[in-house]
Amino acid sequence: MPPRIRIISICICIFIVVYVFELVRRKRLNEEYSFGWLVTGSMMLILSVSEDLLTWVSETVGATLFTSTLFFFGLTFLVIICLHFSIRISVLTNQVRTLSQHIGILYHEKKRLEKATEPPEGHSS
Amino acid sequence: MESLVAMKQGSQKKRPFSGEEEADAIDPLTLLSVLPAEVSEKVDKPLIVIPAFDEEQNIGVVIEGIREQVPQFPILVVNDGSSDGTARVLDEMGVDFITLPYNLGYGVALQTGFIYALQNGYNSIIQIDADGQHDPSQILDLHRELMTGDADVVIGSRFLDGGKYKTPFFRHMGIKMFSLLASICCRQRVTDPTSGFQALRGKAIRLVASSYYPPDYPDADYLILLHRCGIKMKEIPVNMDPKPEGKSMHHGHKPLYYVFKMFLSIFVTLMRQKPSI
Repeated sequence: MPPRIRIISICICIFIVVYVFELVRRKRLNEEYSFGWLVTGSMMLILSVSEDLLTWVSETVGATLFTSTLFFFGLTFLVIICLHFSIRISVLTNQVRTLSQHIGILYHEKKRLEKATEPPEGHSS
Repeated sequence: MESLVAMKQGSQKKRPFSGEEEADAIDPLTLLSVLPAEVSEKVDKPLIVIPAFDEEQNIGVVIEGIREQVPQFPILVVNDGSSDGTARVLDEMGVDFITLPYNLGYGVALQTGFIYALQNGYNSIIQIDADGQHDPSQILDLHRELMTGDADVVIGSRFLDGGKYKTPFFRHMGIKMFSLLASICCRQRVTDPTSGFQALRGKAIRLVASSYYPPDYPDADYLILLHRCGIKMKEIPVNMDPKPEGKSMHHGHKPLYYVFKMFLSIFVTLMRQKPSI
């Protein structure tokens, strides 16, 4: 792999890993959601640093260019992460829907109770 | 606090018949702050449920019609996050209504009404659309059939016995196609799988209030689900007017999504294990 692309790739991977750590430290990203990014960044970093491993992986998957291997694995990880987030969004959508139904019913009950406990008109305490 | 604990428990509970993908799903019934009321099946306690979204123009007429035809039946409108004056009209008319915080769709609004009905011990539900398509004078026909027949779901069909309801060509073809699919899967003739004019009781109410109910356009897939749960359904002929005011919920690009969703939903409904309600 040409040294320039290797340096750029290593820098990007280090940036992703460090930035994700920082986001977790600042509590802007939950540990649960940092896992996929850290695994992706670390794997790409290992592939970029170790030429032997990259050569072996490229030969195994049949890639003629080392950069193609990096793109292939990067894209695969991104697809997995997107699928994971689609599942999470579906779960959250169902939870928000149920909570909204519950809020609607509770608000209705609150109004009903308020009406029932309202003092009759003209009544002063 | 109890509700939050119940929600947490509900989200962690894995039902034996549900797949791994459903492990995080909350059953709406687990969120009930009050357990479903115990009501004798012999004592009929009906409720009319009307899901309404931006129906300021029509809802008043529908309520008046119901009050005129079946004054003995309580009404619950589920205001599905309407942005017009639907809530104001309902308030002025003194109708019991639940307002959802934002627009969640027809199926979710309907399900909310069913959850409310279970909480409050209603044992038969008549669902009717808020757009004035359905004739309130036929509510009694549906209810009578529900009470005297052996079906737990009675559906008002526009097309049964040579009904004269006219639909645009492509919608008509869609209804025909899904009627055929539902008929094959349910092993009984289904003529109007998209009808929102229905009467339900017992197990059917619990199914709609559960997480098995498909809230995103519940039509043919819902009927197949009923069949798979062993719930008997029956169609009776009803009159319906074409939508008087406002847009159909199947407008714009939605018909394409509807067809895709319905095929997928029917397929997965058939592939899943039978829900135990």
